[in-house]
Formats: sequence, structure tokens, C-alpha cells
Amino acid sequence: MGLLSDPNRRRALISLLTRLNSPICVVCYMAGVAWFMGLAFEPFTLRTYMSENAMGSTMVEERFPAGERALTTGREFSAHKKKAGGMPVDWLVKTMQARGLEVFTQRFSRKLPFPDENKERYMVKGTNVYGILRAPRAPRTEALVLSAPCTPGDSNNQAVGLLLGLAQYFRNQIYWAKDIIFLVNEHDLIGMQAWLEGYHHTNTTGMDWSPLQGRGGSIQAALSLELSSDVITSMDLVLEGLNGQLPNLDLANLFYAFCQKIGVLCTIQGKLQRNDWDSVSGYSHSVQTMMLMVMKQASGRPWGDHGLFLRYHIEAASIKGINSFRQYKTDVTTIGRSESPTPVLLLLPHAVTLSLCLHWVLHASLRPPRRVLSVLTPLVISHLTGVALYTLPIQFQEMAVEQFPVSETEAVVLTAIGVYTAGLALPHNTHRLLSGEGTEQGWRVLKLVAVLYLAVLLGCTALINFSLGFILALTLVPVAAFVTPHVPKVLSAFILVILSPACTLLFSVFFFQELQELPVSFQEGWLLYLSVISQGILDHFLYGSLVYPLIALLVYPCWLLFWNILFWK
Amino acid sequence: FNKTLKLLMLNQWLTVRCVLIPRLKSPGVKRRFRIYSSALLVLQWLTNKDYKGGERFLVKMAAPLTLLVILSVTIRAVLYRSSLAEVISERVEVVSPLTAWKRVVEGLALLDLGVSPYSGDVFHETPLIIYLFHFVVDYAEITFMLADVITAVALYMAVMDYNKQVFRKQKYALEADRYPLDCLELIRSPKEMYYIPLKVAMFYLLNPFTILSCVAKSTCGLNNAVIALFILTTIKGNVLLSAIFLSLATYQSIYPLTLCAPALLYLMQRQFIPVNFRRVSFWWFIAQYAFMYLGSLFVIVGLSFFLLGSWDYVPSVYGFILSVPDLTPNIGLFWYFFAEMFEHFRLFFLCVFQINVFFYTIPLSIKLKEHPVFLIFMQLAVISIFKSYPTVGDIALYMAFLPVWSHLHRFLRNIFLVSCVLLACSALFPVLWHLWIYAGSANSNFYYAITLLFNVAQILLVSDYFYAFLRREHHLSYGLYLKRKDGSEATLVLK
Repeated sequence: MGLLSDPNRRRALISLLTRLNSPICVVCYMAGVAWFMGLAFEPFTLRTYMSENAMGSTMVEERFPAGERALTTGREFSAHKKKAGGMPVDWLVKTMQARGLEVFTQRFSRKLPFPDENKERYMVKGTNVYGILRAPRAPRTEALVLSAPCTPGDSNNQAVGLLLGLAQYFRNQIYWAKDIIFLVNEHDLIGMQAWLEGYHHTNTTGMDWSPLQGRGGSIQAALSLELSSDVITSMDLVLEGLNGQLPNLDLANLFYAFCQKIGVLCTIQGKLQRNDWDSVSGYSHSVQTMMLMVMKQASGRPWGDHGLFLRYHIEAASIKGINSFRQYKTDVTTIGRSESPTPVLLLLPHAVTLSLCLHWVLHASLRPPRRVLSVLTPLVISHLTGVALYTLPIQFQEMAVEQFPVSETEAVVLTAIGVYTAGLALPHNTHRLLSGEGTEQGWRVLKLVAVLYLAVLLGCTALINFSLGFILALTLVPVAAFVTPHVPKVLSAFILVILSPACTLLFSVFFFQELQELPVSFQEGWLLYLSVISQGILDHFLYGSLVYPLIALLVYPCWLLFWNILFWK
Repeated sequence: FNKTLKLLMLNQWLTVRCVLIPRLKSPGVKRRFRIYSSALLVLQWLTNKDYKGGERFLVKMAAPLTLLVILSVTIRAVLYRSSLAEVISERVEVVSPLTAWKRVVEGLALLDLGVSPYSGDVFHETPLIIYLFHFVVDYAEITFMLADVITAVALYMAVMDYNKQVFRKQKYALEADRYPLDCLELIRSPKEMYYIPLKVAMFYLLNPFTILSCVAKSTCGLNNAVIALFILTTIKGNVLLSAIFLSLATYQSIYPLTLCAPALLYLMQRQFIPVNFRRVSFWWFIAQYAFMYLGSLFVIVGLSFFLLGSWDYVPSVYGFILSVPDLTPNIGLFWYFFAEMFEHFRLFFLCVFQINVFFYTIPLSIKLKEHPVFLIFMQLAVISIFKSYPTVGDIALYMAFLPVWSHLHRFLRNIFLVSCVLLACSALFPVLWHLWIYAGSANSNFYYAITLLFNVAQILLVSDYFYAFLRREHHLSYGLYLKRKDGSEATLVLK
């Protein structure tokens, strides 16, 4: 209480903070970034560990004699798929029944808000087929899910083959204590969404699906398989789920440990782990891996079919790659609950936002605000622009298609970009609507509000999706720190636009391609950028991803406030 | 009667001139006109009984208040229609097991089936509430909006009256030369006091906490209305009504019992009865008030008994409040402690926690003997911080009083920090709830940490106001620029 009530000490502290404000800001920002880059440096990271013995890879029986048969089944499946021109439901039902599973189907249909050009679908109709292997001991209490998507074309047949092979093999074992559900889902995530909603009796996105006839117990873990060829080189583990959720780290560690044990190459983000962390190239390699993960997580979209399980509090991962059919038979569900992947990470945004805190104190020492009203107008108007950005693209797609020679998807994306740019032109000097002349104090109050807003927003974002919070903080914090009406207008406006959320996304697209070692030209990059926006909007309407509404309704208005300050007169 | 007639005529003349002449030709105008003018009349009669200055008042004050009420009702009505209402009514910060609308509906269903609503462990509201909603369940939304409006208008009128008294007292003190010379800048001017009642109503009606609580149909809004009416009747000096509303508030949630101390102090101050334990008049007044209070409490309790025909509700409502069996997380301090505690110590800590609410009454009453309205504010804050099932609606009630103390701003020290913490915590509540319950990457400790921070911020806020109030009073009697004995500048420190 001494600090809070003794006026002399308070005065000393405040004057110290005001005097050293800029250096402290810069140091905090640098420290935040340095710490983040340090996470890729092996001596700084915590060693991975298994929290329970039962999960040790020693408990696992490593044989799977039916590899050849699984390949044959996969070929059979591919033939039937070609014949049926889609999901061979009858054949799957018959095959699963023949393997002694309880088989059920689920039909679903969904009309997308606008056509998805990447996957060429608009009115989606499909069927999920799943079979339940009842556990001989304690059936219907807990369950595992093994899933394989049925994708059009030639890909992923081997995954279904392996799934069916596993079903047959597992059927012969008697020690199961959990139901195992083998799921073949159509239309990848849409089918998965329908199945999960049906299983849990929820309906969050307004999809039509027929209710599930059979259920296992509560699902404890899920693995999604994606295999497209008969020969293996390596297996890739995909963790990122919806809204940047990650499964329990033990799941990843366990899988990695298995791969090492049976001598399969395991990659994360498509990159092999290297041992030479002390060399420059080794470090840059792990930075690349980390940045890929950060980018993927920040995008908030599910990067594999497992992504939607995480929403239901089910640990899940996707395994992509090419399998040699040596089988790992695991009981992944015995995973003990441990803390979130890397609690250390949570501390980091606070280092960044600390520099913001200092700003509050700087402003706190100013006199209390007089004209609250003049702050209210920019706040309301920027939020209305945000609401427009959120609603207009979907509302106006038909009109745009009629008026301009564009496809519906392009219409949506271009409307979004249009509203975004219009927002830049619209709201500056809005404070003068109500209160006439803007005052020197007015912009200070506005900046105080904006900085507070940004701090709370970034804090909350970083708690839910650390990567997104970090990327936003990295770009928005410098803006928040330097903007005043007295800096050179043209230059600062340019910097502000460069660091705005939309431009951040554009740079992220190029950066991501660069990291994946698939550099693109500007033209391709731009097209990719447009498709990324449409995918983001679709993800929101299809699966309830939060990134699009977050950017449109909160981050963009907040950024507009800083834009407002720059043009304060 | 003459006055009323004059008023009526004036009103009609005004409305005809300003509003209706351009549209007189359309049908239905006459009816609307009558409704409008009578509503205005009622408002005017409620807020200002004498005619003098009525016109000015009408233009300057009642119109903004009406506008405010319309605005707030619109916001609530829009939110009721949106999909947000369902989400909000599930939030643990907004509804508690006591006040949840879901539980009231459950109780109503049981009542309709002829089963006691208190059988089972779902419904914990009082019998009067369930019988109220037995009749108005179809108009529940309107009832809750009305309760909010009543609270706001009652607070508005109460504060207006209180401000008049403050001003009068200040005038007497000035005439008697009781203030030191350098305190002139502490003297409150009628100009700055003019908009305070309106600000109070605005702080209540437009507070996001109130809006959330109303949209969730938390019965906390009704409790607030009763407490606001109690404050109004007390400040107006009506002893009987004050006792009745206090007993109603006590009946609703026990804790307002502590408000009887400020009520007694205020009423005695108003009737010039000295607070002196040796005087007969003092004890006689307390006896009168206690008789009225206990009598009405007895009537209400008896009425509840006859409505339900059993005493089921006593353990189910008051036992539930006092023994805290439901440990659903909320913004209070109880749930985590009692979830973690060994069963062996439960009774002891229960007593400690509950006494906490009541205990502050005595020292605060002694310290704030001369300022009962500030004491009401402090008591409301203490109740909303330390009660067993607090919701944001409780916080909204005492926050509505903050504009009344706007003259203390120059003495507040941590207001900026505290408001930042309160804001950040309000944003973090749903986020950490999501992380805990849905994402599974946090646990109850995270949520409780925020709860703790939120409550610490509230306590700091209240103690800051307390300190500022005492300091202003000190300055008013000893001068603004205090000197130490050796002549250097002195600072006041709260210890």
C-alpha cells in the first residue's frame, strides 16, 4: 500500500517513468522480440518430457502384419470410389461390417455462404461412414477416433486402406478398454464438422445433418490419417487446430518418440529436426520451423482434419505422409493432463505490452479528460466501419456480381478490401462532428483510450492464440507508440498503412511462402492473398473460426483510432 | 388542485406548440397526445412538486432523463432480440445460482405442477418473486426493463434531493463562517451539481454491467430496484416507507440489513435527533424504526408462508445464501476458497467470510456518522464485494453513485490505475473462462486470479473514495494548505 498511498514515492516513480518512457518502451519491445527468437534456441527451451509412465513408448506392441492387405484394400477402395464417382458408401458399410464393426452412416448438407474456389464447392452434400469397435472391457465409456478423409481424385486411398486394415487387426485383440471409432469423412472438414456436431448434439454453424444412430463413449483422443502413396519417406505431424488451438504436447512427444523408436523419419512443419543447434544454419533452421508454426497457428484455421476435435476438448493430431505399414499400436488416450503446451510463451506478450503500460502512466500524469464526447465519436465511427467490414462482403455479393464482371468469391474479397480502404478515407476528423475544433488534449485522451484498448485486446488475443497476438503486437505496438498529430504526415501515414492488419496479412503470405521454400512472384502472391482472405471468411462461417471477426470488429477499429490520431486537427 | 390544473394546461400548451401542431391532421394523434401529455405530467409531478421553475425544469432535466430512459430501453430491447441474449444469460459473471432466470422458470414450472418450487436444489429466489413472475412471466422482459428504469429514476430523485440538502448545509456553514478561508475552491457550486442526478441515472442505465444483467434477466435488477426505492424514501425522510423497503430488501437477500445503520443515522439527522446513547429520544426513534422494520418483515415473511403453505423457502433461500453450498465460479471470493478448503474448517471460515460483510458496518458508521449517504454508498460496495453470490448487477448499483462524489476527484489517487484494472479484468473474465472450460489450456486458478484482481481493484476503488471523502472533510475544517509545526508543507497519509 505504501506505493499506492504515499504521494512522494508515487511522484518519484511517475517522474522516473515519464522521463525514461521512450527508452523503456524500446527496450521492452526489443526484449520481447529477443526472447521470442530465443525460444528457437535449444538451450533456452524446456526439454520435452512425458508426464506419465503409462504413456512411455515401451508399453506398445509394435507389429502390424497386415500391411500388404491394407494396401490391397486401399486399391479396392480407390476402384470403388472411381466407380461411384464419390464416396462408395455401400462398399464401405459392407467392408466395415465384414470386419466386425457396428457401422452407421450420417448424411449432411451445407450451402456455403459463397463458392469456395480453392476446393470448387458451393452446395455440399455428403455422407460420413463410421464403424465402432466396441471395447471388450468397459464398452461405451470412452472412445478413440481414427479417421481418414475421403477426398476426390486419387489421393488418400491408402489412408482408408490402412484404416480398414487397422480395424481388422484391432478386432482380433482382446485387451481394448476404449471403443475405437473408425471414421471415413467426406468433404474433409465439413464432413468432420457435421459428424462432431452430430456426436455432441450441438449445432453451432447451422449445418443440416442427420442424427447419429450409434455412439461410443466420450472421445478421448483422435488421429487423422492422410496417406497418398504406397512408399514411405517420412511422416509429418500436424498439430494446429481451429483458432490456433493445439493438442496436448504429450501427444506430439509420444508420436515423435515412436517414430524415433521404430526408425521412421518424423518431420514437424515439413522440416526434420537437426542436432547442430550451435551452428548458425542449425539455428536458422529451427527459427524457420518455429515461424512456420507461428504463421499456421496465427491463421486460426485447422491445418488437418483433426482441427475441429480440439474445440470439443479432445486431443487430436493429423498424421500426413507416406507409411511403410509398420504399425504402432498405441493407447494414446492414457495421456495425462498436463499444462498447456508452453506456459512460458504466455509471459511473452506481457513483455511487449509492458511498453504499452508505460504509455498509460505517461498519460495518467496528464490532467483528467474534459471532453469525453470528442473521443466517443471516433470510437463509434471506427466500430461502425468494423461492423461494415464484417457484414457487407457477404450481404453485397449478389449486388456486386450483378454490377461488375467478377465471380462471387472475388466479389466478397474485393468488397472486403474496398470497405477496408474506404475506412481509411472515412473517419478522420470525426471528433469534429460533435465538438467543433479538436484540442491538444482531445488527441491525448483518444490516444490513451486507443492504447488501453490495444493493450487489453492484445492481451486477450495472446491468451487465446499466442501466435496471432504476437504477430499483431509486433506490428501494432510501434504504431501505438509513435503516433501523434505532430509527426510528418505522409511518412507516418505510409508506415501506418504498412503496419496495418491487411498489409501484415499480405506480408505474412509472402513470408510463409518463403519459409516453405516455395517463393512466389508478386502476381501469384496477390492471388494467394485474395484466396487467403476468402478462406478466412469461409472458415469463420463454416467452422466458427474467430480470426476474421476479431480482425474486422476489434483490431481494425483499434487501428483506425490510431489513424484518427494521426489526422487530428 | 389549482396547481395541477395549471400544470396540465401548461403541458398541453407546450406539447401542442412544439410537437403536435405539424402533425395534427393524422388520425390517432389525439390519443397519443393525451398519453404523451399525461406521461409528461406524471414525470413532472414525480420529480418536482412545486410549479415554480417547472417549465425550466421540464426543458432542461426531464427531457434528457426521458431521452436516456428511451435510449436505454431501446438498447435492452435490441439485445433481447439478438442472439447475444442467450449467451449472456449463461455467463457466470452475470447470473448467480440465486438470480438466474433459468432457475426462476424452473421454479415456476414446479409451482404450476403443484410441487413446492423449493423441492430439489434448483430454485433459490424468494416466494414473492416467484409469485410476481407467476403473473407477469409473459412480460418478463418488460418487468426487468421497468425495474431498471425504476432504479434509475429513484436514484435520480434521491440524488437530486440529497444535493439540495448538501447545498443548503453548505450555505449555512458559509453563513456561519465555519470554513477556513483557503477552502473556497472546495466549495461546491450549483452549476457543477446540476447535472449530477442525470449522470447518476446515466451511470446506472448505460452501465454495461446493468445492461448485461438486465438482458440476462437476472433478478438482481429487482433487488436493485427495491434498494433504490429504499434509498429514495430514506432521503425523502419517509420513515415508514423506508422501513418497509428495507425489510423487502432484507427479505430478498439478507445483506441489505446493514443498510439500516445509515438509514437510522440519516433519518435522525433529518429529524434533529442527536446520536447520543443517553438520550431517550434516540432510543425511542430506534425502537420506532425497529418496530416498523420488524413488523413489515414479519408481514412479508408471514405472507410468503401463507402463499406457499410451508417454511421450505427459509433454508432454501437464506440457508443457501449463508452456507454457500453452490460453488459455481463467480466474480466473488467465496467459491474458490470453499472449493479448496478441507471440510473440517468449513464452518469456521464460513462464519469469518459472512461476518466480513456485516462487520464493517460498525467502524464505518462511527467514522461516517455525519455523512449517512456516503455510508450507504460504502455499505453497498462492501456488500457487493463480500456477498456470497455477487454478480455484476450488484456492482452496477454502487457504481451509479460515483458521479455523486465527483467533487472528490482532486483527492483520488489511484482512480486511473483502478479503472484500468477493472476494465482489463472485465475483458479477461470471458477469455479465461474460455481457456479454462473450453480450450483446457488454463485452469480454475487463472480464473480465480482475475476474480481476485477484480475484487482488489474494487476494494482499492472504494477505499480511495473513502480516503478522499475523509480528506476533503479534514480540509474543510483545517484548511486546504496544511503546515507542519515547523512550517513545511504537510501531507495526509491514510494509516
